[in-house]
Formats: sequence, C-alpha cells, structure tokens
Amino acid sequence: MKEFFITLYHQRMLVTAAILFVIGMVGLLFNMNLIKKIVGLNIMDTAVYLALTAAGHVEGRMDPIMTDPTIPATVQQYINPVPTGLVLTGIVVSVASTAFALALTVRLYRIYGTLYLDDILFKAKRRED
Amino acid sequence: MLPFYQNIPQFTIIGCMLMGIFTALCKKGRTAFVLNQMMLAAVGAATVYLLVCVTKAGEAFDYQMGIVGHPFGNELRAGPLEAGLALAFIIVMACCILGGKEDLFHDMHPDKLPLYFVMADMLLASLLAMIYTNDMFTAYVFIEINTMASCALVMAKDGGATIAATMRYLVMSLLGSGLFLFGLSLLYWITGHLLIPNISEAVQNLHATGEFALPLTIILGMMTVGLCVKSALYPFHTWLPDAHGSATTGSSAILSGLVLKGYIMLIVKLIWQVVTPEIFCALHLDTVLLILGALAMIMGSVNALQETHIKRMIAYSSVAQIGYIYLGIGLGTKAAMVAALYQILVHAFTKPLLFCCSGELANASHHHKHMYFLRGAAHRAPLAGLGFTLGGLSMVGIPLLGGFAVKFFLADAAILGTWKMLVALGALAASSLLNALYYLPVIINIWSKELHGDPDPLPGMLRKPLAPTFAISTVCLAAGAVALGVFLQPVATFLANGLGLM
Repeated sequence: MKEFFITLYHQRMLVTAAILFVIGMVGLLFNMNLIKKIVGLNIMDTAVYLALTAAGHVEGRMDPIMTDPTIPATVQQYINPVPTGLVLTGIVVSVASTAFALALTVRLYRIYGTLYLDDILFKAKRRED
Repeated sequence: MLPFYQNIPQFTIIGCMLMGIFTALCKKGRTAFVLNQMMLAAVGAATVYLLVCVTKAGEAFDYQMGIVGHPFGNELRAGPLEAGLALAFIIVMACCILGGKEDLFHDMHPDKLPLYFVMADMLLASLLAMIYTNDMFTAYVFIEINTMASCALVMAKDGGATIAATMRYLVMSLLGSGLFLFGLSLLYWITGHLLIPNISEAVQNLHATGEFALPLTIILGMMTVGLCVKSALYPFHTWLPDAHGSATTGSSAILSGLVLKGYIMLIVKLIWQVVTPEIFCALHLDTVLLILGALAMIMGSVNALQETHIKRMIAYSSVAQIGYIYLGIGLGTKAAMVAALYQILVHAFTKPLLFCCSGELANASHHHKHMYFLRGAAHRAPLAGLGFTLGGLSMVGIPLLGGFAVKFFLADAAILGTWKMLVALGALAASSLLNALYYLPVIINIWSKELHGDPDPLPGMLRKPLAPTFAISTVCLAAGAVALGVFLQPVATFLANGLGLM
C-alpha cells in the first residue's frame, strides 16, 4: 500500500493529467451546452499538454537555454526540450479547433436561439420534416 | 545524390497546400474548380511516376525532411502500397469533385465557392501526409487538419441541419483526436521516440522484457479507439449518418470514400509498423476490432434497412462497409490484412459512385431524396441509374464487381479453424443478405415505371440533360469498381507485396 502511494507521488503529474483528461472528456461528450462542451475540449487538451511537458522534465536539470558558468555545458545538464515544441504545436491546433467550434456555435445560436445541442438537433429534425 | 522520384511524396503534399493557399485568392468558383482539377491532374501524374519507380525498384524508401537526422527529425516513407493508395485517393478525389460539381454550384453561395476548393486541397494534402508519414506526431497534426477540412466540407451546404450535423461531427472527431494525442504523448513518455521505426524498436524491447505491459495496452487501446471514433466503427458511428446524409453530394462522396480511409490507413500503420501484428494480437486488441467489425457489418445494414432517405441509407451502408475493413484487420493474419486493404480500395471507388449517382437521381426528381419520389428516376437520368445499379450490386457481392472480390478474400482469409472463423463467416453471410435486402428494392424502385395518375406532378420530374463532368466521374468510378472485381489476383498480389515492404 505504501509503495502504491509512493508511485502515485512520483507520477503525480501523470495522475493529474489523467484526471483532467477524463473531466474534459466527460464535459465534451455529455454536457449538452455547446460553450461548456468547448470548455471541456480545452480542459482535455490542457491535460495532454501537462502530460507532455511532464514527460520531458527531468528532476534537478535546467532549461536548455540556461548555462552554469562554473561547469562546461553538457547534454546531461538539461531537460528534454522536444515535448515543449510538441506542446506548442498542440496549442496551435487546439486554438484552431476552438475557434472553429465557437464559430459554429454562433451560427447555430443565430439559427435556433439556443445553446443546447439536444434542443438544436430536435429543432433541426422538426424543421426538416 | 537522391533519385528525383524520392522527392515526390513531399512535393505532392506541399503542392496541395500551396494550391489551397492560391485558390483562396480566387474570386470565381469556376476558376477555383479548374485550378483544383489541374492540381489533381499534376499530383496524380507525379504519383503515377512515383508508383512506377518504386515498383521497379521493388523497395520502400525513407525520405528525410530538412537537415536534422534520424532520431529527432521528421521523415516520410513511401513504398508501392503507399504510392498505389495515394494514386487511388487522388483519382477518387477528382471523380468526387467532378461528379458533385453540379450540386455544389447549386447548393453553395457563389462567393464562398473558392473556399470549398481550398478545403478540398487541404483535405487531399492531409490524406497524402497520413499515408506517407513516418512520424507519429506529424500524423496527429494532419489528423487535425483533416478534421477541420472535412467539417468545413460538411457545412458547405448552408443550413441549420447541416451545421448541427457538423457540430456533432466536430465534437466526436475532437474526442477521437484527443484520445489519439493523449495516447501518443504517453507512448512518447515510455518509449522516448516519435519516429515510427524507433518507437517500434522500443515497443518490441518493452514487450520482450514485459515492462510497462499494462500502460502499453492502455496506450494502444486509446490510440486505436481514437482512430475508430474518427473512422466511425460501429458503436462510435452516431455522427456519420447526419454528417454524410445532409452534406452536398461531392462532400458526402469524399467523406465516405476517402476521409474514413485515411484514419484506417493510420491504424494499419500503427499495427503493421509501430507495433508488430504479433504484439497487437498478444494484447488482444485484434479481438476487440474483430467483434466490433462484425457488429458494424450487421448493425449498419439493419439501420440502413429502416431508412427511406436515400443518402442516409447509403451513409449507414458505409458503417457496414467500414465493418468489413475492421473485420479484416481483426482477423490478424497477413491475408486478412490484404483483404482489408482491398476493401479500402473497393469502397473508395464504390461509395462515391453511389453518392454521386444518388445525387444525380435526386436532381432528376426535383431535389427530393426520399425513396417515394425517386420512383422511376433512372429513366430520367439513365447513366446515374446504371451507376447506382452497378454500385449497389457491387455492395451485394455480385461476381465481376469489386464487392465480390472483398468477400472472397475475407472468407478465404477467415478459414483459420478458430472461433474467429465462425464469427467472420457468419457476419459475412448475414451482411451480404442484408445488403441485398436494402439495395435491391432501391434498384427496382428507380427502374420502375413512373407513377401515373398523379394529380399534381411535381415540376422538374423531367428527363435530365447529362452533364459531361458527371458522366466522366461516373464512368471512371464504375470502371474502377469493375476493374477491381475482374483483376482480383494481380491487385491482391500488389497489395500483399506492398504490405510486406511497408
């Protein structure tokens, strides 16, 4: 039991990311309010960024832009910078998808006067018949 | 010195994107259409050259992007299979746009038409990138580009129902790509690599030592489920009928014929290149795909049976046909994987044929899409009627047509002597019967005599003049479907060789 909690403590970033991801996913899937769905999407994406950043972090090492004047710079001093680059790409993608989803929400609100997806689908079906 | 043909994958991807940017500057829809077709012709010709060179060389090659070398850089990989699939996708894309052109110019606001072609170009770029990429994170980025572009294609036909369908599609797609990205970041965490060969090596080491067994299962499960959501495998298919049924004809054809296949290609890459089939089967993920595929084959057809809206019926039929592909993947042998790839090709030709023809039949029936109004429509638009009949018969599995070849290869590969054989053969038989049950009545309906004594015949129920663009597209797609049904063995050998080199 004690070992389980120690592992949990060492992987705290991963655990937090997993919890955030599930919260976001449930919001995206089951919340019928479109704005809340989009917030859920953003929480989900943020969880992934946390996981990625934590994957590149090594305890006790520096950012690759810092130098220590007393010792010559070696690779062993630095954390892994690749995931940070991936997070940047991910943020760009998530901004684009959020903007697209918000634009669709505005259009749907203008047509149906509501933000609830079930309501919208019901009205869309009724108009079609 | 790098042989010139090795640059072609990169050139085609970048060419599509650049053409998308140039098309955005166009003012007129017609100019954008011509530019798009020219681009498709150029990219198609380049891919033919690539296919010939790779087949002659008899091997696949890695293409390094930029100056950063192997473990950190970005790479493309192309072999005969990749080049062949890319060529098929380009041809089908051109046919979809040609076949749906009339509807497109009717459904869309003239000022917004060039933007449709921008999105079509981006979609093709992302599909090609998903076929050629050798880097998982690049695959993710292009998955997202693909999602945005395909959502934009769905909502091209302006209207409440279409935008609501797009919203549903977007939500499910973003869920799928979120799952894929989370799985990918965890895979990076335990393997430390993004390039497919390096991940593969690390995964094999982990599997051999038995380390991270549970996380590996969860990660692969998440990535597979994410891609399944996006390619509409049965329990995750809820978004598909709305999105494919309500979009304009060309968009429905592109989405059903190509977009779903792009994601499935990534699953094939994931199984065949990232983790080997042995590890995938050892984690029992193939069983899940097999059962869901068999369910999809039956449930998709059962749902299609209840539809009276022709495009929604064809959309549900896509759910069933995607089930065939997953059944092949789930059987887990090389022969079954070849059958799945064969189905990717056949469905890429047949489904756009059905969508384009049903759009034309509906046009000849005053834009009504319910079965009642389509009675006798084949007499008003004979070529569309013929195309629809051919496509429908191919789906049922009549010999000399593509659908038969798929069923033949799947049944042949299913003879394994385990419980999987029972599931696969049962699902194949039931699904063929159900396909016949909903395609044959529609075919009989469109060839029946028109209703007489209708007190108020609808205007527009007239014989429709044949548009040349539609004729070209239908003939090309039908020729593809027939060719795949006639030349079974050469195509299957080509796919098997390509899979071996992948």
